[in-house]
Amino acid sequence: MMDIITHLSEGFSVAFQPFNLGMMMLGCLLGLFIGAMPGLGSVNGVAILLPITFFVPPTAAIIFLAAIYYGSMYGGAISSIMLGIPGASTAVATTFDGRPMAMQGKADFALVAAAIASFVGGTISIILFTLFAPPLADFALRFGPQETFALMVLAFATFVGLGGDDIPKTIFMILLGLVLSTVGLDTISGRPRLIFFDLQGFYKGISFIVLAIGIYGIGEMLWTLETSRGKVEIAAHRFTFERLRAALGELKRAITTMTFSSFLGYFVGVLPAAGATPAALMAYGLTKSFSKEPEKFGKGEISGVAAPEAANNAASTGSMLPMMTLGIPGSPTTAILLGGMVIWGLTPGPLLFIQQSEFVWGLTASLYAANFVTVLLNLALIPLFVWVLRMPFMILAPLIFVLCFVGGYAPDTRMFDPWLILLFGFIGYVMRKLDYPLAPLVLAIVLGPLAEDSFRQTMIADRGDWTVFFTRPLAGTIMFLAALLFVAPILNKLLRSKKPARSA
Amino acid sequence: MRRAELIFAVILGAFSIYLMYMAQLPPLQIGWVPEKGPGSGATPFWLSFGMLICAVWIFWRGWRGITPQGRSTEPFMDAYTLRIVSVTVGSIFMMLLATHYIGAYAAMFLFLIFYVGIFGKIPWPTTIAVSLAIPIGIFFLFESGMKILLPKGLSEPLFIPLYKMFVY
Repeated sequence: MMDIITHLSEGFSVAFQPFNLGMMMLGCLLGLFIGAMPGLGSVNGVAILLPITFFVPPTAAIIFLAAIYYGSMYGGAISSIMLGIPGASTAVATTFDGRPMAMQGKADFALVAAAIASFVGGTISIILFTLFAPPLADFALRFGPQETFALMVLAFATFVGLGGDDIPKTIFMILLGLVLSTVGLDTISGRPRLIFFDLQGFYKGISFIVLAIGIYGIGEMLWTLETSRGKVEIAAHRFTFERLRAALGELKRAITTMTFSSFLGYFVGVLPAAGATPAALMAYGLTKSFSKEPEKFGKGEISGVAAPEAANNAASTGSMLPMMTLGIPGSPTTAILLGGMVIWGLTPGPLLFIQQSEFVWGLTASLYAANFVTVLLNLALIPLFVWVLRMPFMILAPLIFVLCFVGGYAPDTRMFDPWLILLFGFIGYVMRKLDYPLAPLVLAIVLGPLAEDSFRQTMIADRGDWTVFFTRPLAGTIMFLAALLFVAPILNKLLRSKKPARSA
Repeated sequence: MRRAELIFAVILGAFSIYLMYMAQLPPLQIGWVPEKGPGSGATPFWLSFGMLICAVWIFWRGWRGITPQGRSTEPFMDAYTLRIVSVTVGSIFMMLLATHYIGAYAAMFLFLIFYVGIFGKIPWPTTIAVSLAIPIGIFFLFESGMKILLPKGLSEPLFIPLYKMFVY
């Protein structure tokens, strides 16, 4: 425990360096704006702005991106409440009661509830992260390539078992991401692979950033342009200090809800396939189930805003735990952060805690500070965000397209990448319309090189004996869990089909 | 929507076969190479084979009407969606193409004028302000701040004085 306190205080000295502090505040502000924009969430913001961070030191870069991640979780509630359109899928549950509150003239109460609940969720989850991360990283130091590969399989299995999406489509997207990650020069033999139409651009491979910007920048914007159809109605609102105090008074009765939702959100967020959206929906559902007045939910109940907001913020920190300690991202946003870490020259995983202590603890300390800064900025700038929400979508959308183009060009300064972004954006949009889950694709292209290397290393070391994945105690246990997750949907289906038979 | 689901599954199946073909082209090997482990083509080949199986599975589920898309009678794209998607993708395509010739900033400016002013029907003073402000902001962020030079094409001479003032 003393070790943690010492590391954390060192982390604060890193986080409070003027440049890092500036990056954090800028990240919080940008994150709030990104989150507040309909159709844009943390994953879009981090994907589009990641290339900018290649030109600053890794610690400042991760602090900036984590602050965007954080800020956008707060900001998502603003458009959910004011427009009735979730800023991102993570804020869907916030619309259930947030929008009715706004329509009753209590938009300010809902916004304050969202901000304070996000703060509670953030604080509890960061404390949990600080306590759990070092022992988990210590444990993960025992992992060899067999365990690393088994963990990758587990991460993919969670999408199949817990993702809730169409199973063949989920598996297809995982495999597609893995295949796309093999394009370019093979790291072991040095031979070029899958050079489509002999285009020179493919020799460098397909960067996960290109895929992520295409899908989450262009593809999502096309989707939002289609679904919003420009019909948005901003709720009436008034913000005064007295109203803020009254809102805080009303929020007192949601303290238990916020605490419970924070713990729930954190642990759901740790699971690779789950993340902030199901965490928020689960928190909302459970709060409603346990409420003494469930009939009030959906009609403007303040706990119905507090529960999902506490949970989605807690889940965003939760998803950082496996990313930092095991090198397995807990959400699409952390998958992009993980890819960024590789580009910054870091090796995600347990060794990070030993070799890059300043990076890890600087980030952890910055999360505490970012949480505090974001809640203040959020409350102080609510009128400004509401004003920005009036920006016509036909200005915001082309701005995003231009940023996608420049952001995609910047890392390797070649025009090949913006062209690929456009292609992936269009295909991503079509896939989304047909219900192909996109998160497993991004996760797979990030994890692909690590998974293939660990698999081939094991095969070479054990002379093709694949049973080592099952006979080594740790790898075997992880593989067993993965197998359970793969068969979970089948078992679930069998159980469901038996129930009606029995009742008949 | 049903037709789109089935056609897309066929396209994905064909793409999977193409990937399998690409992954076994010499000198790539898809089997075990003595002393060297799995061949370079093994990973993409067998994963693409898995994709092919999934594509067949997706097609079968769509055909049987198990998926919501397989049962849907709604059109894949209505007239509004078709218009907004084709104009958006088409105008981004033109912006990228124009970048090769007239450079990124001029292409961006024209794209914004078209998208915001003509397609978006935003008042012209706002359109012009936005179309100028965004490229200028990008210039200062990327070229002046991060020293990343975007392609200029024919417009390169116009930037030489700006390089002297703001970049170097």
